[in-house]
Parts: sequence; C-alpha cells; structure tokens
Amino acid sequence: MIEPIFLAEAAINGIMLGGILALLALGLNLIFGVIDIVWIAYVDLVMVCMYVLYFVVQVYGWPFWLGALAAMAFGAALGVGVHLLIITPILGSAPVNQLLATGGLLFFLQSFATFLWTTDHKSVRLALPSWEIGGIFLPATRLIPFAISILALAGLYVFLTRTYVGTAIRAVSQDREAMALMGASPQRIYIVTSAVGGLMAGLAGALLLFQYSVHPFFGGQFGPLTFMICVLGGLGNMVGAFVASFVMSEIISIAGVVWSTEMGYVIAFVVFIVMIFARPGGILARRQ
Amino acid sequence: MSLLELRGVTAGYGQFTALWDVSLSVAAGEAVAVVGPNGAGKTTLLRVISGLIAPRAGGLAFDGAALGGKPAYEIVAHGVAHVPEGRRIFPVLTVSDNLKMGAYLPAARRRFAESLERVYALFPVLAERRAQRAGSLSGGEQQMLAIGRALMSRPKLILLDEPSMGLAPVMVLRVFDLIRRIREEGYTILVVEQNVRQVLKLVDRAYLLEVGRIKMEGRAAELGEQDFVRKAYVGL
Repeated sequence: MIEPIFLAEAAINGIMLGGILALLALGLNLIFGVIDIVWIAYVDLVMVCMYVLYFVVQVYGWPFWLGALAAMAFGAALGVGVHLLIITPILGSAPVNQLLATGGLLFFLQSFATFLWTTDHKSVRLALPSWEIGGIFLPATRLIPFAISILALAGLYVFLTRTYVGTAIRAVSQDREAMALMGASPQRIYIVTSAVGGLMAGLAGALLLFQYSVHPFFGGQFGPLTFMICVLGGLGNMVGAFVASFVMSEIISIAGVVWSTEMGYVIAFVVFIVMIFARPGGILARRQ
Repeated sequence: MSLLELRGVTAGYGQFTALWDVSLSVAAGEAVAVVGPNGAGKTTLLRVISGLIAPRAGGLAFDGAALGGKPAYEIVAHGVAHVPEGRRIFPVLTVSDNLKMGAYLPAARRRFAESLERVYALFPVLAERRAQRAGSLSGGEQQMLAIGRALMSRPKLILLDEPSMGLAPVMVLRVFDLIRRIREEGYTILVVEQNVRQVLKLVDRAYLLEVGRIKMEGRAAELGEQDFVRKAYVGL
C-alpha cells in the first residue's frame, strides 16, 4: 500500500505538469481551431526553441529570463515562418496532404537538430530552492514553470476575449467567410495566430527546460501526449483542452507513483481510447 | 449617378455558371430588390458584389471605384456590408462581441460607441441580450443581430440575402418592418428575397432574375402589377 503522502505529492506534481501541458495543448489547439490544420511538428518547434535557450544561456552566458524571452521571440518568428512557407501553399489541399507536410517538417526538424547538435541530452543547470511542507517536496523547478504557465494562459484568455484581434481570431474559427465580410483579411489573422502559437511554443520550451534536458527527439516525448489532449478536449475547444491537460497529467503522475512512469502513460492512452469511443467530440462536447 | 453599378457580370463556381451577363444599378438612397425563384443566382449576385466570389467577366463599380475581383475584406472598407444568407452570426461569441466584430475596420472602430448606441436603439432586444451567446438567440433575433452587425461597419450600401428565410410568419413581418426603418434612416439597400409580395412593398425598384439572367426590371409597384409576376411569385 502506498502512503497517502506520496499520492498527495503525486497529485500536486500532476497539477504542475498539467500547467505546462495546457500551454502546449492550447498553443496547438489555437492554431488548429483557426487555420484548421494540425501542426504535427508543434512540440518539435518547442524543441528548437529549447536549443535556442540552451545555447544563449550556456554558451553565450545570457541570464535565463532574457534567454526565455529570446526563445519566445524566436518561437513567434518560427511560427510565422512555418505558416508562410509550409501552411500557406497547402491551405486548400486535402487534409492528408496537410498532415504529410507538417509531418515532414517534424522529421526535418529532428534530423536537422541531430545533424547540428548531435543526440546528446543538453540541460541548463538552475540553482533553485526547494521547499518542504508537511512532508511534501515543492521544488521551484516545478512551481515556477507552473505559475508562469497559468499566468500565460490567463494572458491568452484576456487576449482572446478582450482585444479586437483576439476576438476576431475566435470569430474566424467559427466562420471564416463571415469574418472576411467584417473586413478581416484571413491571411493576417492566420499570421497573428501562428505568431501567438509560436510564442507559446517558445515559452513552453523555456518552462520545460527547467526540468527536462533537450535532445532532437524531445518532440516524441510530449508530441503524442499534446495531440491526445487536444483530441480528448475536443479539437479546437480551448476550455476542453485545458481540462484534458490536467486529467492526463494527473493520470500520468498518480499512476507513475503507484506503478511506474511507463504504466502511467499506458493508462493515459487507454483512458484516451476509451474516451474517444465514449465521447468522440471531446470531454466537454455538447451531447447531440 | 448610381452608387452601385454592375455591367455584364458573369460569375459561377468551378465549371458551373450561375450568372450570365448581369447588369444592374442602385442609386444612393434607393432600395432595390432582386427577386426570382430558387437557384436563379440571387445569392451568387450578392456574393459577387461583396467580393466573396470574383466575377469571370464584367465590371463592378461602387462609389466611383472599380471593385471587380477585389477580396471581400477590402470591399467592406469601401462601404459595402453584406448580411449573408443564413445570417452567419458568430454563435459562440456574445451578442456584443458580434457587434464589435462588425466594427472591425479601423474607421468603424473609432466610432464604435456611437454605432453601438444606434444599433441598440434600433434593436432594443440586442441590448437586453448583449452578454448572451449569439447562438442562443431566436431566429428573428439572430437576423436582427446580423443586420446590426452589418450596420456597425457604417456602410453606404447594405446587401440583404433572404432576411425572412426560416422565420416564423409573425417574425417575417417584424423583420420587414425593421428593414423599412433602416431604409428611413437613409441607408441604400439591395435585398434578395423569395417573399416577393412583402419585398415589393418595401422597395423602389426590382429586378427579376431567372436562371442567372435579368428577365425584367421596373418600379416595384409596376412589377407587382405584371400578370406573369403576380401568378408566378406573388401568389395573387
């Protein structure tokens, strides 16, 4: 029998992981909701941003926070680049071709990263404190990324609900043509959306580097999970993805303590498959 | 001098041609209807004017500018507001966010508060339901929202595509009444309708469109008197 204190700690760790997963899933979901294309390579863009941060901090000696801002700016530029160079030419193509194109980007980024930086795991050492409250360890390397991801999601919420451009982004995801009749150029909305999605990838990369080392196949670690969360929450449904992030992170974290990390992923995927049969529209989908 | 002028416009989708050599004009301050049976090309006509589809041939001039082939988001800026078939409101946005999107253009954004006040005065029910999701409104209220959203861009010309479609009979009368009030405010209107009898009472002139071609044109009152129009569409 597992001591309750370990379960409590696992539950708290699950919440902290959920914050970062939500950031990843909402970035991917935002782009899908608006442009109707799944960026399969989304977490590989995160991986590239992590390398950028690693190099500016470890090699050029920038402070971590400045490097994180640089990674976010780089991510935004990367997002716009991906949209203009890869997505724009295939906007009207069959979905399978769009999937192949963004899938191709994934393999390109993995190989390119291997070629440039080898398969070595690279990490940034951060000397951060850890607290113990009632026998539960709360390391700053988890608390800080969690707090920042929640702040960032709140910022995203304000952007999408309070600004003209943000509201237009939501409007386009509901009716692209009607929004063109309001005077919004679809391409401009797409570029803004891709930049925001890229910015979130950069931020997620910075927060992941607190706890994880980066390597060319980092995308494989979080990519399928991110995609699964989006589907579970209902593709394009932001609130659904937010809830699904925490459901999945709790399953992984608690099952990881009770059995093993691998088992945590196995259970998460089984839950996913069962949910897809039970509620194919996502956990928050309205019943037909 | 007409505000809107179409000369020999031919347009369609892929291999299919929906409009053949259509010429039409609307003067500033005028209300004009395009009537005709289902599939006559009425919706296509409005979609060409607002830039949702590009004409294959012919010219489109609005307020002295040649707009043929320009994208929809540029044509709005010239002062053309299109209330599309099926209303096409943003169902998950609130009523007030829908109206905000109507004023998306920078010029309209600057006069947002003033426009909003006018729209709420015209449609008080929208003010009552401003915080509600637009998708939860009734059909008639959604039509008011779609018209209100179009007014938010401060247009010179309003295109209305089947404003009475799918509405209960009592709502149809109300919507026509509201269009009459918008008219009285001095807006220029081009309306497409199947409800011929009602719409002819509302407009100055009308065009009859059949299988993509203009068959007849005239004063609304005279057109309503034409035997064949009465038999075929007015149902008298």
